[in-house]
Amino acid sequence: MIRILFLAIFILALWVPAFNRVMPTLFGIPFFYWYQMLVVLISSVLIWIVYKVEDKKEPQQ
Amino acid sequence: MSRPLATIVFLVLVIFVIILGFVAGRWKAGNLSHIEEWGLGGRRFGAWISWFLIGGDVYTAYTFIAIPALMYGAGALGFFALPYTVVCYPILYLVFPKLWKVSNKYGYITGPEFVRGRYGNRWLALAIGITGIAATMPYIALQLVGMQVVIGALGIPGHLPLIVAFVVLAAFTWTSGLRAPAMISIIKDLLIYITVLVTIVAIPISMGGFSNIFAHIPPAKLILPLPPKGSSGAYSGYATLALGSAMALFLYPHTTTGILSSAGPRIIKRNAALLPAYTIMLGLLALLGFMAFASGVEKLPQFSEGFARYKASYAVPALILNEFPDWFVGIAFAAIAIGALVPAAIMAIASANIFSRDFYAPFVCRKDSTSQMLAAKSFAMVMILGALVFIIAIPTKFAVQLQLLGGMWIIQTFPAIVFSLFTRFFNSWALLIGWFTGVVSATWLVTENSFGPTWTFHVFGYSVPSYIAIATVLLNALVAFALSIPLNSVANDQHRDETEIADYV
Repeated sequence: MIRILFLAIFILALWVPAFNRVMPTLFGIPFFYWYQMLVVLISSVLIWIVYKVEDKKEPQQ
Repeated sequence: MSRPLATIVFLVLVIFVIILGFVAGRWKAGNLSHIEEWGLGGRRFGAWISWFLIGGDVYTAYTFIAIPALMYGAGALGFFALPYTVVCYPILYLVFPKLWKVSNKYGYITGPEFVRGRYGNRWLALAIGITGIAATMPYIALQLVGMQVVIGALGIPGHLPLIVAFVVLAAFTWTSGLRAPAMISIIKDLLIYITVLVTIVAIPISMGGFSNIFAHIPPAKLILPLPPKGSSGAYSGYATLALGSAMALFLYPHTTTGILSSAGPRIIKRNAALLPAYTIMLGLLALLGFMAFASGVEKLPQFSEGFARYKASYAVPALILNEFPDWFVGIAFAAIAIGALVPAAIMAIASANIFSRDFYAPFVCRKDSTSQMLAAKSFAMVMILGALVFIIAIPTKFAVQLQLLGGMWIIQTFPAIVFSLFTRFFNSWALLIGWFTGVVSATWLVTENSFGPTWTFHVFGYSVPSYIAIATVLLNALVAFALSIPLNSVANDQHRDETEIADYV
């Protein structure tokens, strides 16, 4: 059931009202842009966690 | 030839890669007269090669030109490419290891072939195969646009270079099969990463930092417009565009081929976590569109001809020409041109696999594997030639519109391919009717909408702009569901399933 983490990815990436804003900026980059770049990293980590947890459970293949 | 040094660097890199394409056939060589070897690399690609190959498949030259161009023209909306290439990976993880397992067991090499095995209905498989090929053809053609723009920007006139590039592409596809793009994609990615990293560091420095770049972007383009009262406005448009594109992505024949060529489910799952590295790069590239806007290259006289001819697609090439020395321009443009060859080769091979396994074998000649192989190779040539004719004879605008339609069509195979990996509830004729409903309604809405991707639906007095693909695939699934209940009682096709429940756990 660790796959529930995937739900977080969909919400973080697709819930537009949460990130459609300019402030706060980071290195001069508006929030809209750096937030979505950050979501890429977060989702990559979440998928890796799901993979590791599931891979440990079934060591076949 | 206005820039000799850039042209020489460009040509050296492209020719090197082409030689690599021919040599690739011998690498981890299998029996290339067998279609699983030619068209699927023998299902042996490990984690790294799969990473490069699927990366080369998803993030194509067209993407690298079109996304910054969209940012340049439309602003924040163009950034939908990011959530799109984020949410596609949970989908990859959840769905496609299952497809790999069942395909490996029964020797399927295409999505439609799996559907035929699952339902024993060659007509449903045919419909899905045709959808795949129809969606792929304009996509290959658009890869050429990327190439055309950089060749034009180097100052080489005429169609001849493009024709030469495509003849060569056809030749190494014929001899090496899927191994050629797999090997080339490694070089392509090295060049792309170098280009992106250098530009994303150097250009902001020369333009006085990111804050200065964003200060040049008009507020209306900087973020999405706030939705008006009683409507979800640009928000639902943005989110559905990302979600719908993500659902469609791995249903394209070329991406399915990329996935099935890997050595197993673990490699696919690991890549779902590692492929987002490319998304970061795509995000940085998208920002190049803003940099081109802020730098005002469009107003410089030496680029006016390029902008007149290629419109916003010329923005990033112009920015690179303006900011960098010639030798670097050569590297960057070679990256884009090679970035077109990789997916174009995979697309041609994937379509050829479909032609051979889903048209030729079930309808013309069932057994003879040599003639199936020849059919596949010949069809790959037809796809490449077709794309070439397409781009030379038909206006680019038309190819862009067809590619948009292609995305709407390919998502209609979602119920038949994806649902079937989880349940055998559906009836194959119901899926076929659902597919037909989806394709017709999507085509009708898109043309009615003069080729805009989103349509405003009215739900209980509330306006919801939605990507047409999402709305129509929903209709498709509802039709397939509703018709499966009566059809299963009069024309049950459960017994025609050649796969077992154990294949899907």
